[in-house]
Amino acid sequence: MVSNGGSKIRWGELEEDDGEDLDFLLPPKQIIGPDEHGIKKTIEYKFNDDGNKVKITTTTRIRKLAKARLSKRAIERRAWPKFGDAVHEDVGSRLTMVSTEEILLERPRAPGSKAEDSKTAGDSMAQLVKGGAVLMVCRTCGKKGDHWTSKCPFKDLAQPSEGFVDKPPVAEANMPGGAVKGAYVPPSLRAGAERPAGTEMRRRNEENSVRVTNLSEDTREPDLLELFRPFGPVSRVYVAIDQKTSDSRGFGFVNFVNKEDAQRAIDKLNGYGYDNLILRVEWAAPRTNSHVLKF
Amino acid sequence: MRPILMKGHERPLTFLKYNRDGDLLFSCAKDHTPTVWFADNGERLGTYRGHNGAVWCCDVSRDSSRLITGSADQTAMLWDVQTGAQLHTFTFDSPARSVDFSVGDKLAVITTDPFMGLTSAIHIKNISKDPSEQMSESVLVLKGPQGRINRAVWGPLNKTIISAGEDAVIRIWDAETGKVLKESDKEIGHKKGITSLQKSVDGSHFITGSLDKSAKLWDIRSLTLIKNYTTERPVNAVTMSPLLNHVVLGGGQDASAVTTTDHRAGKFEAKFYDKILTEEIGGVKGHFGPINALAFNPDGKSFASGGEDGYVRLHHFDQDYFNIRI
Repeated sequence: MVSNGGSKIRWGELEEDDGEDLDFLLPPKQIIGPDEHGIKKTIEYKFNDDGNKVKITTTTRIRKLAKARLSKRAIERRAWPKFGDAVHEDVGSRLTMVSTEEILLERPRAPGSKAEDSKTAGDSMAQLVKGGAVLMVCRTCGKKGDHWTSKCPFKDLAQPSEGFVDKPPVAEANMPGGAVKGAYVPPSLRAGAERPAGTEMRRRNEENSVRVTNLSEDTREPDLLELFRPFGPVSRVYVAIDQKTSDSRGFGFVNFVNKEDAQRAIDKLNGYGYDNLILRVEWAAPRTNSHVLKF
Repeated sequence: MRPILMKGHERPLTFLKYNRDGDLLFSCAKDHTPTVWFADNGERLGTYRGHNGAVWCCDVSRDSSRLITGSADQTAMLWDVQTGAQLHTFTFDSPARSVDFSVGDKLAVITTDPFMGLTSAIHIKNISKDPSEQMSESVLVLKGPQGRINRAVWGPLNKTIISAGEDAVIRIWDAETGKVLKESDKEIGHKKGITSLQKSVDGSHFITGSLDKSAKLWDIRSLTLIKNYTTERPVNAVTMSPLLNHVVLGGGQDASAVTTTDHRAGKFEAKFYDKILTEEIGGVKGHFGPINALAFNPDGKSFASGGEDGYVRLHHFDQDYFNIRI
């Protein structure tokens, strides 16, 4: 085909000499936009390793990030040609990317609050509810908008008997005989049953150990002592420390001399905002069912 | 805010510098090519090819025409900012650690590391307007401190040079005679090596960051300690907002310990502190290695951080940032 020769190269001939640089065969780079939505399209062509022609379309959105008043010199610089390695930059290399993650300036504590700000557990819960947390339904006790399942004060109590899961224990306690349909309650735990005094005695002799979790990582034992001492004499404070980083692992134990003090501390400090976290304070030893009826 | 990630460097970042207009951002890394980026969208403008070692520091002239870089290949180089052309090479007998143009860009201070029996030194060079007339000779060489000098900058009116380094002592030198005028007090000063030093915009005070997990604010003339910012990780980089009374500290545990500990223990955030109340305002997460370099845009509306992870992250602040009250 002599008539077709000259400058035009036929595709059939191309496959024979693939070692040659055939970039001149490619259509030129096209830039479309940016349009009114800031969408810019760059269309490039190149040969891939198999010698096939590949069209690369890169769509970028141009967003104005900040209102900048550029100086005259800066506007000049904007038009500077690229140099060094930046000249031969592939569209696909993506040296500059916008983070897909929204990064916030993380405040160490909520704005407006002081470190010493004392909030009772009730207050913080009330705030949570106000903040639109009505979807919060405890799976353990069924209470709405009061606490999360993991924070349920009845969690430990509910575990042994499945019957408590469905209904709030408040209703439970009022039921005559304490019997729930379909659930077995051992006679010793039924209402009116005489409970052996021994368990209560034994509890009293325990160490009154209180477990504190969700501590911030720079909490140390003196901090915990300072926090718990107002409730009564404390016999032991322990904060678990990571051996490698020597940061707190986020939990600790406090032993009170008097059980009443420990209970008061739990009531007061469970849900208390300490540093930037909400403390969880509970009895260290799982409590027995003998306390179910108190609620 | 959604930071812009720039990954032009293949090795850990060492230094970041904005030009005076705040439209260009220069980055130095342990790979051998300093790079310049547009500071608004993070687009790469060019690279400066020629160094044969890690580049530790750079400075750009006031009119954004000249760039000086200090490298571990025992040279400091002058570059044409626009074209990336090498204009002059200062050769030393030891790695160049820190470079700084004087006010007026007629002088430059270059520090060199202790190396092969040589002690560290601070060199002052004349910088000619015409690169063809550039001389290599030092106007003055200051020696004395033990250990590396990590940073040396010009004091007010180019009369003094402020240096800080591994010996944890900040020194103010007379730029004419080369005598030490002031030394920071051992009692109130840093306890471990000083990694970074940055002057305020008006040049009245400066901040130093140290491996002793603190940053300190000093008066530039009297060298009195003004403020102390304590944190829980070694400080590798410090900067001050030119707009608000904010101080930013960057750091993290030693790079060699990163893989052996939990990632949360690294503390690779840039921490914002109130300059006056020395109280923490917040942290900006994102890097997965220690932060080695920090720079604030001269307009105070964005800042860049460079990490051991090889990324430069460019943060344009949301409006919320300017309304922060503590």
